[in-house]
Amino acid sequence: MAIIEAQEITKVYSLGDIDVNALIGVSLAIEKDEFVAIMGPSGSGKSTFMNILGCLDKPTSGKYFLENIDISDLNRDKLAAIRNKKIGFVFQGFNLLPRTSALENVELPMLYDGISAKERKEKALEALKKVGLEDRGDHHPNQLSGGQQQRVAIARALVNNAPIIFADEPTGNLDTKTSVEIMKILVELNTQSNITIILVTHEDNIAAYSRRIIKFLDGCVISDEIR
Amino acid sequence: MINIPSTFRISFRALKVNKMRSALTMLGIIIGVAAVITMLAVGTGASRKISEQISSIGSNLIMVLPGATTSGGVRMGAGTQSTLTIGDADAIQKECNAVSDVAPVLSGVAQVVYGHQNWSTGITGTTPSMLIVRDWPLASGRSFTDRDVRSATKVCLLGQTVVDGLFGDTDPIGQVVRIKKVPFIVIGVLAIKGQSPHGQDQDDSIYVPVTTAQKKLFGTPFPGMVRIIMVKAKSSEALAPAEKQINDLLRQRHHIGQKQESDFTVRNLTQIMETAEQSAKVMTLLLGAIASISLLVGGIGIMNIMLVSVTERTREIGIRMAVGAKTWDIRLQFIVEAVTLSLIGGIAGIVLGISGSKGLTILTDWSTTVSPVAILLSFGFSGLVGVFFGFYPAYKASLLDPIDALRYE
Ligand SMILES: Nc1ncnc2c1ncn2[C@@H]1O[C@H](COP(=O)(O)OP(=O)(O)OP(=O)(O)O)[C@@H](O)[C@H]1O
Ligand SMILES: [Mg+2]
Repeated sequence: MAIIEAQEITKVYSLGDIDVNALIGVSLAIEKDEFVAIMGPSGSGKSTFMNILGCLDKPTSGKYFLENIDISDLNRDKLAAIRNKKIGFVFQGFNLLPRTSALENVELPMLYDGISAKERKEKALEALKKVGLEDRGDHHPNQLSGGQQQRVAIARALVNNAPIIFADEPTGNLDTKTSVEIMKILVELNTQSNITIILVTHEDNIAAYSRRIIKFLDGCVISDEIR
Repeated sequence: MINIPSTFRISFRALKVNKMRSALTMLGIIIGVAAVITMLAVGTGASRKISEQISSIGSNLIMVLPGATTSGGVRMGAGTQSTLTIGDADAIQKECNAVSDVAPVLSGVAQVVYGHQNWSTGITGTTPSMLIVRDWPLASGRSFTDRDVRSATKVCLLGQTVVDGLFGDTDPIGQVVRIKKVPFIVIGVLAIKGQSPHGQDQDDSIYVPVTTAQKKLFGTPFPGMVRIIMVKAKSSEALAPAEKQINDLLRQRHHIGQKQESDFTVRNLTQIMETAEQSAKVMTLLLGAIASISLLVGGIGIMNIMLVSVTERTREIGIRMAVGAKTWDIRLQFIVEAVTLSLIGGIAGIVLGISGSKGLTILTDWSTTVSPVAILLSFGFSGLVGVFFGFYPAYKASLLDPIDALRYE
């Protein structure tokens, strides 16, 4: 079975009297080791879908299986444990803790996994090395460039050996050159570490790094092509 | 699994970010704890002082005074009104079985001379049982005996203050002092007793046989008259029966009719002092309770700041949740933060409270006692305040929706 299996996912936001149908019956499966790009115009439901796949949000209806686990049955803490062990996030706005060193930002997921301080530090340094920032461990986010911050975020996403990384417009705040660097890291993680990567982007040249492109429009999948 | 050292480190860091704010929040707890410590110290000091005085006047003590009790209190009989005699004292000793010892007292102030030194002091004519009644041992020498009382010997016991005033470094035992020009041999020195409940120096006194005092020192309007009779009951339970027995016996001896008022008053000194001690304890509790209100206000200050902090750090909470923080990870983080605030404030408050109590003693001469119990209590209480007032903000933080928290601007 696929690592990700979404069945008839809908998401409705109720804003007073108006219901916003952000997702209307999305079904798709993503296999292990895939590198998928999700595209579509603004407001088409990409982020909503990603958040549900990332166990940050729950669908209004439909079923979602992650590594064959039925996510809809799980409570808050079980979802948190899944996010901790199976999922890494890379956000457009980096979402690093301010006033906290890069190293400690990378250690964060392990802090909630009962890993000893010594092992945390070792693994965090290792992860920083993978993204080429081993000498910036002491830097706080405000002492790092956007590209460097995003690399710290990637190190954080892979430090717990999560099999899946969700990246919602990871290059949205970066220039072209830096974007290419970030994409190279993601491709490397996909090909060498066999991490399944699901990425949202608006840009064709970013989507070009992926092997499968899923297009959203108004809460529905309108195309799904493997290249 | 929750990581305590890291949780504390995170809290310290968060508190350091807003140093001024953390300090001001702590100030509430500091003042609260210091107030509790100081108030308890004042109260404990007062009750301890009263306890000391109770043991200094002697335990299970009853005083029989001449004159009737009026609704306003005791009407102390003037000399002429005095109605008590040595015979009364002897009768109490013989007939009241709840009584262990009886000491009649005839006292007055007189000039005492030794060589070229002279000293004005209180002279107490009494019997040997006085030392038992007052729980008052001798420092040196011997006490006078019943035979001394019977034969009105001119011997005396000196209090330490009198010894210091008249003799300096000389050993007073065996020396002759003149009281109202009458020579007395010093046969003993009383142990140091300290201040009475009324603040008098109890060591500034001389004890002589009651008969000697009656015959040689203070004239009595009728033979055998004494001023006060001091009685020691057999136990604290025997105090009430002793009081009744004395009352009945003396009414009968003084031929007082059924409806007539007594011409004497029986006062249970121990009971009076214990009542005072009791009220000092109640006062301590009351002061402590009032002071804890300020600690409570300090706690509300912590809750307020923690609520602000949770709102400010919504995004941080979202990030932590996204990478796997569970409900109790988040809760504990904020509770530990509140407890850190309140415990640091508590420690500072204890230090301030102890120095405040010391300062109060120096400034006002009140005796204050900072008990270890009060310190532990206020430390524990400030920790509890942290947990209690930190819980709601922490609870609120833990219920945030991860997505909403991440998107929070
Ligand atoms: N919390 C929310 N409350 C109400 N409506 C929401 C909420 N989040 C998203 N929506 C709505 O759901 C729809 C899909 O939003 P979503 O964020 O998934 O779009 P998107 O494809 O990620 O767009 P973008 O490319 O601009 O990021 C939009 O119409 C949006 O207004
Ligand atoms: Mg989006």
